[in-house]
Amino acid sequence: MDARILNELVDSFWKLLIPGIRVTIPLTLLSFSIGLCIALAVALVQVAHIQVLKQAARFYVWIIRGTPMIVQLFVVYFGLPSIGLTLPAFPCAVIVFSLSVGAYCSETVRAAIESVPPGQLEAGYCVGMTFTQTMRHVIIPQALTTAFPPLSNSLIGLVKDTSLAYSVAIVEILATAQRIAARTYDYFWLYCEAGLIYLIFCTFLTWLQRKMEKRLERKR
Amino acid sequence: MIELRNIRKSFGPREVLKNISLKVNEGDVIAILGPSGSGKTTLLRCISFLTTADGGEIVFDGELFRANHSSRKDILRYRKKIGFVFQDYQLFANKTALHNVTLGLTVGRKMPKTEADDIGKKALEKVGMLEWSDSYPSQLSGGQQQRVSIARAIALNPSVILFDEPTSALDPKLTGEVLDVMKRLADEGTTMIVVTHEMEFARRVADRVVFMEDGLVVEENTAEEFFANPKDPRSVDFLRGIQRGVSQAD
Repeated sequence: MDARILNELVDSFWKLLIPGIRVTIPLTLLSFSIGLCIALAVALVQVAHIQVLKQAARFYVWIIRGTPMIVQLFVVYFGLPSIGLTLPAFPCAVIVFSLSVGAYCSETVRAAIESVPPGQLEAGYCVGMTFTQTMRHVIIPQALTTAFPPLSNSLIGLVKDTSLAYSVAIVEILATAQRIAARTYDYFWLYCEAGLIYLIFCTFLTWLQRKMEKRLERKR
Repeated sequence: MIELRNIRKSFGPREVLKNISLKVNEGDVIAILGPSGSGKTTLLRCISFLTTADGGEIVFDGELFRANHSSRKDILRYRKKIGFVFQDYQLFANKTALHNVTLGLTVGRKMPKTEADDIGKKALEKVGMLEWSDSYPSQLSGGQQQRVSIARAIALNPSVILFDEPTSALDPKLTGEVLDVMKRLADEGTTMIVVTHEMEFARRVADRVVFMEDGLVVEENTAEEFFANPKDPRSVDFLRGIQRGVSQAD
């Protein structure tokens, strides 16, 4: 690696970091937040045994888990306009990623809710609380503590999956690296550098996860 | 105060409760005895609507509730009059001892926090757990957890407290501390229905004994009479079996 490439990489580092901060992070946080709400709702529908909604929830999880995310992106971004619904790229990506997080995490959250001894729900009933009240004050707080490590895993996975947004013309980290490399022909080094940016983001999240886990542990 | 009429429950082909009727007056302490699988726990769960009975009626303070289909609203209202103490405590693991006791007040009854805390502390004091107010269930022994769960029940000022084998998960020393608390409640005139294997407790504290076998009430008697002169041959067998068990354990 000569001085020219080194210079170029230092220069492009910031050019890659900026779309990372401006696109990848908001895309991740927004999709993950919405996805978590969906996951919680889907999980609750299943543990509350609401028959019709339960079937709908299963169908949703089945579709999302059974099809590739890039196909879902194409359907929403390139497919929907042909039936008259055109959305900008960013909202398309948010929709697809949220639905994906919702489907995968709903299983995590459901298992975590079921891991709380059912007697605590009965105890909630016996002190005059409703299903919803007991869920909110007793069961879900415990379930989220249990679900925290696998949910962190999904978050880290999502950071990397956002690179798929490249395929629907969102200029994020990978797309930027590609553009720079198209000019300089240093594909090898620029793609490595794009990987490095993801690695930095994920390392930070891993560190954060460990810290939060210790805090949750102390609260038990 | 509570009257059970013809409570029935089957699990599949197995009839667990066969037309159970029972009357409980205010201030009564009733011990439900019987071999395992006789339906004692199921009966208690049907009384609290944790298990839905197949049929029968419950009259509570003059109001009639159908044991197999009461509305959710009626059940919620009904449950506010009863307390339930579980065999394995079932404290809320994410709440301190005090919050375990006050949650039903602040959330279930929308009581202001300060008022609920006062009641909660009094309840914890009654069971000798006040100094553990800020401890989480995982930091407490089984006996302590069970005392907190009794405090949780009495804080709601229920008309009757149901105990489902409250000491069977505890060793003899911890059993003693829980039974002491229950005896004190009985002396204060609390109405209690206790499913138990503690014969000493039944003999000393209960007013009446209900002996169940195979989903039937075989004998209902004063505690004194039941232990001194059991009427039904099955009661005699049961008591003899226990005595044999005790002498073997010695």
